[in-house]
Amino acid sequence: MLKIKNINTYYGQVHALKNVSLHLLEGEIVTLIGANGAGKTTLLNSLSGIVPSKSGEIIFAGVPISSLAPSRIVKLGISQVPEGRQVFKPLSVEDNLELGAYLHYRTAAGRAEVKKTGDMVYALFPILWERRKQLAGTLSGGEQQMLSIGRALMAKPKLLLLDEPSMGLAPMITQEIFKVIESLSQEKKTTVLLVEQNARAALKMANRGYVLETGKMILEGAAAELLENNDVQRAYLGKDKKEIWER
Amino acid sequence: MTKEKREILIFLIFTLAVLITPLFLRGSYYLNVLVFIGINTMLAIALNLLLGYAGQISLGHAAFFGLGAYISGILTTRFSFDPWLAMIISALMSGGLAFIIGFPILKLKGHYLAMATLGFGIIMFIIFNETVALTGGPSGLSGIPNIHINSLVFDNDLNNYYLIWVITLMVMLLSINLSQSRIGRALRAIHDSEVAARVMGVNARVLKVQIFAVSALISAVAGSLYAHTMTFISPASFGFNFSIELVTMVIIGGLGSIYGSFLGAAILTVLPEFLRVLQDFDIVVYGLMLILMTMFMPGGLISGLRLIGEAIGSRIKRKSVSNA
Repeated sequence: MLKIKNINTYYGQVHALKNVSLHLLEGEIVTLIGANGAGKTTLLNSLSGIVPSKSGEIIFAGVPISSLAPSRIVKLGISQVPEGRQVFKPLSVEDNLELGAYLHYRTAAGRAEVKKTGDMVYALFPILWERRKQLAGTLSGGEQQMLSIGRALMAKPKLLLLDEPSMGLAPMITQEIFKVIESLSQEKKTTVLLVEQNARAALKMANRGYVLETGKMILEGAAAELLENNDVQRAYLGKDKKEIWER
Repeated sequence: MTKEKREILIFLIFTLAVLITPLFLRGSYYLNVLVFIGINTMLAIALNLLLGYAGQISLGHAAFFGLGAYISGILTTRFSFDPWLAMIISALMSGGLAFIIGFPILKLKGHYLAMATLGFGIIMFIIFNETVALTGGPSGLSGIPNIHINSLVFDNDLNNYYLIWVITLMVMLLSINLSQSRIGRALRAIHDSEVAARVMGVNARVLKVQIFAVSALISAVAGSLYAHTMTFISPASFGFNFSIELVTMVIIGGLGSIYGSFLGAAILTVLPEFLRVLQDFDIVVYGLMLILMTMFMPGGLISGLRLIGEAIGSRIKRKSVSNA
């Protein structure tokens, strides 16, 4: 459903993505792993149009989207959960969710639909229902992450882009959030592109994985294979760490 | 729902207060001050939509106020347009100009945006001063006709009071509606995190320009009303100092609060009357107020009032509990 072909993205002079290609099939969970500064977030931002790519093709559901504005891309069905959550702190939980449905909120029929989607999100994260009148800034980190995911779901995406949902969260909360992501893909048939530092957890959940290193895609394969891959194990999963320390 | 009801109730009480206030006032002096408060309230609300909701600074809003006043003044004196028509044209032209310059200017952020809007304000100030053939230059433009509806001419303080305040109330209602709508929510989202707003599908660039244009349009209406009630305008009223005064009104009253804008406008309109003894040093008082506000009441006077109200409310509650 998504095909990225040889895209190049720059920040001024800095060449952040070098001929990167990637594809996603309908209903898949695909994870993108890599070190800090490898270009993972840039790839997501190029997809959602926040940092447009200079060259190459991005085709989503048959439509080329690499030159579209972010709002058009959301309309086509791609929602991003931005890095570091970025909930709207001075707004209530309710308002944050309604903002997620910004494009659906225009018409009366849309608003009725929004309410239904809202109920779905509250069912997914019951804690948000309890906190719906509270300002988003007063939520804990985990709750903010749930809100951020819920907000993205409000746009009813076909493809969900998740940027490090485990960032700064306790392992228990991370597990909980990963469970929700898994159920989204199984029950709601949402396609997921997951960027993660927590490579092991991400690869365990995903169908396939990509490894990005300094702007280049260096590996691609089934998640289970990547988990067994020697290079991946050494670089991202901490294998041989002890020996290296002692050397 | 209850929140909406409360909002409606507050607005009705405010409207009633505005309508009956003249009954308690003797002499035209106070009415005159209230007319100015009305005009400044419109301006503060216009700027608040931009600064308080969307989080975009403008240090040149006096220019839109001036533009509204001058277009209206020139059309009525030199081309004998009807004042109402002149007002509509001045509002549309100012809004249109804001829309055009908004696209390049609002790409900037923070200090750069402040500098660009400041520059725009200064350019407009120079134009008001130098195009003597049109504006009358530094000595001003006089003989601007009063607004009239058939034979009802708005030429005394009481008439003007109702004219200005009915339009101010309309601006307030419009702004309250806007701030509670999907657009208002999107504006506050842009204020907090533009990237997150954009990935939610909010077209931040266009929305910022649109609210800039609406803000300019309201400012121009205020300017036009000012011109037609004063019947005389000069560039000195539309300079950099007034732009800063407008920002001060919004911040002292409370960012993102419509009634806060009214409070800020009221205080900054009345205060100079008391600060006359200080002569040019009144600016020190404004500076001090800004510092104290940002330190102790960052939400502005309106949030301070709310806190006091809540404190009294909880005390009454506690008393009634201990009595029972």
